[in-house]
Amino acid sequence: MQMRDFVVRFAGEGGQGVVTSAEGLAQASTQVGYHALTYATFPSQILGGPTWTQARISVDPILSAGDDVDVLVAFNREAYDTHREEVREEGLVIYNSNDFELEGDERSYGLPVDELARSTGNNRAANMVIMGALAHLVNMPQAYLEQFVEARFRRGRANDDEIIDSNNLALKLGRDESASSGFSLGDLTPPAMPEYPQIMLKGNEAICLGALAAGLDFYVGYPISPATTILVFMERNLVGEGKFAYQVSSEIESITTILGAGYAGKKAMTATAGPGFSLMSEGLGLGWMAEIPLVVVDVQRGGPATGLPTKTEQSDLLACMYPAHGDVKLPVIAVGTVEECFFGAVKALNWAERYQGPVILMTEMALAERVQNIHRPDLSKVQPERRLVYDGSNGYNRYQGHELSPMPLPGSPGAYVANGSEHDEMGDTTHLPSRHVQMTERRFSKLKLLEENEFEADNSDEAVVIMPWGGSKGPALEAYNQLREQDVPVGWYYTMLLSPLPPALLEELKQKELVIVPELNYQGQFSGILRSQGVNAVSITQYTGLPFKVRDLVERITEMTNSHPKEMVRA
Amino acid sequence: MSKKNPEYDFKWCPGCGDFGVRRAIEFAMINRLEETGLPMENNVVVAGIGCSGNLVHLLEGQQPYGFHGIHGRTLPVAMGVKMARPELNVLVVAGDGDFLSIGGEHIGPQAARNLNICAVVMDNGVYGLTKGQSSPTTQLGTVTSSTPYGKIEAEADPLELYLTLGATFIASGFSGQPRELAKLINQGMDHEGFAMVHVQSPCTTYNDTFELMKGNPRKGIEPLMYNISEEHDVSDKGAAYNLVQQRGMPVGIIYKDEARPSLQQRVDEIKAKAPRRSVEELMDSFAF
Repeated sequence: MQMRDFVVRFAGEGGQGVVTSAEGLAQASTQVGYHALTYATFPSQILGGPTWTQARISVDPILSAGDDVDVLVAFNREAYDTHREEVREEGLVIYNSNDFELEGDERSYGLPVDELARSTGNNRAANMVIMGALAHLVNMPQAYLEQFVEARFRRGRANDDEIIDSNNLALKLGRDESASSGFSLGDLTPPAMPEYPQIMLKGNEAICLGALAAGLDFYVGYPISPATTILVFMERNLVGEGKFAYQVSSEIESITTILGAGYAGKKAMTATAGPGFSLMSEGLGLGWMAEIPLVVVDVQRGGPATGLPTKTEQSDLLACMYPAHGDVKLPVIAVGTVEECFFGAVKALNWAERYQGPVILMTEMALAERVQNIHRPDLSKVQPERRLVYDGSNGYNRYQGHELSPMPLPGSPGAYVANGSEHDEMGDTTHLPSRHVQMTERRFSKLKLLEENEFEADNSDEAVVIMPWGGSKGPALEAYNQLREQDVPVGWYYTMLLSPLPPALLEELKQKELVIVPELNYQGQFSGILRSQGVNAVSITQYTGLPFKVRDLVERITEMTNSHPKEMVRA
Repeated sequence: MSKKNPEYDFKWCPGCGDFGVRRAIEFAMINRLEETGLPMENNVVVAGIGCSGNLVHLLEGQQPYGFHGIHGRTLPVAMGVKMARPELNVLVVAGDGDFLSIGGEHIGPQAARNLNICAVVMDNGVYGLTKGQSSPTTQLGTVTSSTPYGKIEAEADPLELYLTLGATFIASGFSGQPRELAKLINQGMDHEGFAMVHVQSPCTTYNDTFELMKGNPRKGIEPLMYNISEEHDVSDKGAAYNLVQQRGMPVGIIYKDEARPSLQQRVDEIKAKAPRRSVEELMDSFAF
C-alpha cells in the first residue's frame, strides 16, 4: 500500500529521548526531501514526568500534526497505557522491551532498544535503533537514513567514522529487528525534494529570525513558558554595536523597559505568555497614549491565571486587542504557521514603527514548539521600516494635529515630554475636553496606516466560508481541502492581520451568509469581534488545551453547512 | 514648559519643597551642559506619578527630554532609555510613594545591575496629589486620611534600604538648599553607576516638616538636618550604615563605590565574547 504520509508518536519519560527521537526523524526525513512537522508537549516538571512528541512525515507540505497515530513508540508502560487509544486501527505499537513486556496487543511488538544500542558500542544510538525500526515499517530506503547520519555526525573529528559506523549499525539492527516482527504499514511514496532552499526550525525561532531581519535592536524578557525560548535566543544572538538583550525581573519591567528603549529610538520587543501579558496591561496603555513603537509577542498557553502552562489555546485575543483600561485598541497580528512566525514578526516591527505605537504579535504553544521545514525566507525581500523621525530645531510640538507626526529622539532637537496623561501638543498634561477629543482621534486615526489588503481567499464566491485565525489555520485548511473534495460548498478566507482587518476582506466577509471560525477558546472570541464589525460569524470552539483534529472540523463544518441556511438567523 | 503654556494647569502648593528640587535639577543640568558642552536635549528626565512627577513639566529654561509614564515604573523606563542610548544622561524624579511603595520592586534589581542613572527621590512622607494618605516614609502612628487612628506600619528607612540593596552612590539632601542639592545631583549624574539622591522635600499642605528639618530655636526645636562630617569616609560601607542609623537627617554624600562596573560596562565586557552572526548566518544554522 502506498502511503503519502505517516504519523509517529514518541511517548515516555522526560529524558528518555522522546523529543530527540521525533526531531531526529523529522530531520532525517526532510534531508531527503520529505516534509516534517512535530507537535510537542513538554512535561511541567524538570526531570522525568510523562512526555510525548509527535512527528508527521509526508510527501506533501504538512498542515497539521495529524489526527491519528500510525505508530506509537512507547518507552514505558505508562506511555503505552496513555497513548494506545490514539493509534489508528491498522496502526502499530513499538514498545521498548528493555523497559516492559506487553501481552495481548496484537498490533504491537517489542524492540530491545537499549540492548541493541549497547551492542553497537554506542549507548547514545538508541534513537537510531528506533528510526531503523520505523524505516522498515514504511519501507523507507536505508540509504536515506545513512545520509542523515553522515550529515549529522561528520564533523571533522578523529572518531567520526567510528560514530557514524555505530549509528549505521544501530539503524540496521533496529530495521532487522522490526522486519523480523513481520509487521509492515506500507510503502511511503518516495520524496520529491523541494526546489527552493529550506530551513527547519521551531515557531519561536522563526519569530526571533523575523524580528532580527526587521532590524530589532533591543529585547528584554522574563522567563515564562512557552515564550522563554525567545529570551534565550535573543540573549545569545542579539549582540553587537547598538544591540541589547537582557533578562529583567518581571514582565512589568519588560514592558516599561522597552517603552524606554522605544522612546529613545530603538526597535524594541519583548515576548511573554498570558500571565506576563496581564502584567503588561498598564504599560501597553502607556505605549498607546505616549505613542511609542514597540512589539509584544504573546505566546498563548491555556486558561486564565497560571492556567495550563504547557498546553495550547487561542484565548488571549480579546486581551491582546483590548489590553488596557480606557479607549485603546491595539494592532494585532496572529501567526498560523512556522513560516508566518517569521513574516509576522517582520510585519509587527514594521507596524510599530509605521504607526508609532505598540503592536501585539500573537502565537501559541503548539506553534512555538513545533519544528517544521519551511521555505527559507529571502532576506532581500524583507523591507524593514523606520519611524518618521523629527529632524528640525527646538520648539516642535510632538503631538501636533489629528494624525501621525514625526517623532523627535532624545539627544536631538525637539525635546518634549512623552506623556501617559492626556496631553496637549507639546506633551504637557491637560484636561481640556477639546484636547482629549483631538488626541483620542489622533491615536485612533493612526490605525488606518496599518490597513493592508493581505489575505487568502479561495472559492470566495461561496456563501458559506471558513475563516480560522492563528494556529488553527493548519487543521482548518486541511479540513477545507477535504470538504472541497467531498463537494461541500464552502469557501476559504484567512489573514494574519486581525486588527485592523484588511478592509477589502471585511467587505467580502460582510457579504457572506455565514463565516465559520474555528478557534481554541470557549467564548468564540474572534467570531464575536467579527460580529461586532457586521459579519455573520459563528465559531467552532474547542477548549481542551489541544489543537483541533481535522476530522472533528470536517464533521462540525459539514453539520453547520447542512443546517444552513434554514436555521440561520441573520445578524 | 509651563510658563509658556496656559493649558497646563497643574500647580504645586505655595511653599512646596518640590520647587527647591526643581531649581536644583535645573542648576545641575545647566552645570552639566557647561561642563560637557552637550546640549540640553542630551538629558532625559524620567518622571513618576504624583506631585513630584509634575516636575518634568515645570522645568524652566532650556528643555530636556521628558518621560511622564505610569505610577512606580520610573526605574525600568530609565533602564530602557539608558541601555538603548548609553550616551544620554538619564535622570529619574519620583516621590516616596511612587519610588518606595509601588515602585519598590525595581530598586533592588537596578542597584544589582548598577544601572548608570541618577534617581532623585522627593520624600515628603505623604501621598500629596491624592490628598494626604500615608506613604512608606510616614512615621509610625501618624494620623493621615488613610490612617485615621494612626499609621500602623513602621516607616521605611530609604537610605538604609539603598545601602542594603547595593546602590553604589547614595546622597541625602534637602529641598530648602537648592544650590547644595544641585551639587549632590551633579555628583550623582557623574557617578558611573546607580546613584540615589534622596531629598527631604516637605509637603506644606499635608506634612510640613520644614521646621523639624531646619529646627526652630524659639520653640526649642533642634534641627533634624545636619551636614555630614568631612571626616566621613564615603567608601566605607560600615561607616555609611552607622551614619544612617543615627538620629537625624544627614546632608551630603553617604556612600560611594567607584570600583563596581556599571551595567553598561559589564554588558560591553561580557558580551564582547559573544559571536556576532548576521541574520543570514543565523539562518544557515537551521539550513539542511
